[in-house]
Amino acid sequence: MGAGLDLFAALAPEGAWSVSAVTRRARAVIEGGLAPLWVRGEVSSFKAWQSGHWYFALRDATAQVRCVMFQRDNRRLPAPPADGMEVFVFARPTVWEERGEFRLTVLDLLSTEAGGLWERAFERAKAALAKDGLLDPARKRPLPRYPRRIAVVTSPDGAALRDILAVVGRRWPLAEVLVVPSRVQGEGAEEEICAALGLLGRLEGLDVAILGRGGGSREDLWTFNHERVARAVAAVPVPVISAVGHETDVTLCDLVADRRAPTPSAAAEAATPDRAEVLQALDHVGVRLARALEARAGRVAERLERTLDRLSGAAARRLERQRHALAALAGRLDALSPLRILERGYALARDAQGRVLKRVAQFPVGLPFRLRVTDGTVAARVTEP
Amino acid sequence: MAAGGPEAPSFAAELARLEEIVRRLEGEELDLDEALRLFEEGVERLRAARERLAAAEAKVKQVLSDAAGTLRVEDFDG
Repeated sequence: MGAGLDLFAALAPEGAWSVSAVTRRARAVIEGGLAPLWVRGEVSSFKAWQSGHWYFALRDATAQVRCVMFQRDNRRLPAPPADGMEVFVFARPTVWEERGEFRLTVLDLLSTEAGGLWERAFERAKAALAKDGLLDPARKRPLPRYPRRIAVVTSPDGAALRDILAVVGRRWPLAEVLVVPSRVQGEGAEEEICAALGLLGRLEGLDVAILGRGGGSREDLWTFNHERVARAVAAVPVPVISAVGHETDVTLCDLVADRRAPTPSAAAEAATPDRAEVLQALDHVGVRLARALEARAGRVAERLERTLDRLSGAAARRLERQRHALAALAGRLDALSPLRILERGYALARDAQGRVLKRVAQFPVGLPFRLRVTDGTVAARVTEP
Repeated sequence: MAAGGPEAPSFAAELARLEEIVRRLEGEELDLDEALRLFEEGVERLRAARERLAAAEAKVKQVLSDAAGTLRVEDFDG
């Protein structure tokens, strides 16, 4: 370029410009005169080259212009536009010197249709997943109630992980959390998440997995809308909770996962029981245990009493003594500690197999057995018949 | 190799056994000895379960995979 337009020289054939010079000059004029701008039009003749660059034309009723969108710019978009789609492009007007062609170098592209390119890419991937049955509600597995090992696929320094660890620590610290670090947005995130999900199957004793990240823009969350990532979720051998930090936008991972949680904290809650509630349930079990034993002792006493009614004389008196003894015992079966029967001086004899020994015939000479008394057991042996 | 699993019996199994004990005590015609034995076992398991809940502190580890795909589990100190 360099030299300004030499009007005098251009007037005579001797001063003719070379093709390169004039196209270069045209390019300079256009680039200098038209700053990058938004252009609206309909896409036609779209073609994506092997190189990753996109070539297409934008047109309206009376004109069209060739466009190129280089790979470095188009890779941020979820899907290419389709022919016939109405779009806005932010572009730098230029002249492609090799062809002497006026052209737009597109830096950004928005579809004017509802949802636009994102919607289009989403629907396409969703249809592919549905075709393989991966969106079938019947595929969804129940979450374990008392997990021992919980895997968390997320960024190791994100707020999502901090939230999840806090909730698990508070609700169910019996669980071990295995963090499987992965980038969750940007270049390479898709591959890393797929790799992280892929190794979950090799973790022994894993009960449930959480895939999570905090909220973000639609572009940030887009990683979780890749068909590949969704398929990796579906292939995890344990139930997966998807927590992709967005209340409104449902991602493909959410649809494929066994459970969707609105936030990483909610995912951790879904994955764990509440320790306080479990302790309450244990208290309830304790009460039932004590009541059942009391009722059992009561029933034995009743049976004795009925037998007593049918007997008389010495036998009756003997039974009556037993009844009194038993009633006294049953009465003392303190709700929390019925073991006090033993405190009264009674002992239970058991053989090596734990069978209770009740009759003389069960005590051959030399038999080792154990006596359960109130504060423990003692080893004993039959020394004489 | 894959990382080792936790050794303790699962909490779900512990609760299931407790539930079974209570059910047998409540429902079956057991003699007093058997009932007492079950009761003792129940009390012991309850105590152990409560202790586990009270003492637990969540363990956090991270899983790393090297170039050869070998997994390594190490303490996480994020």
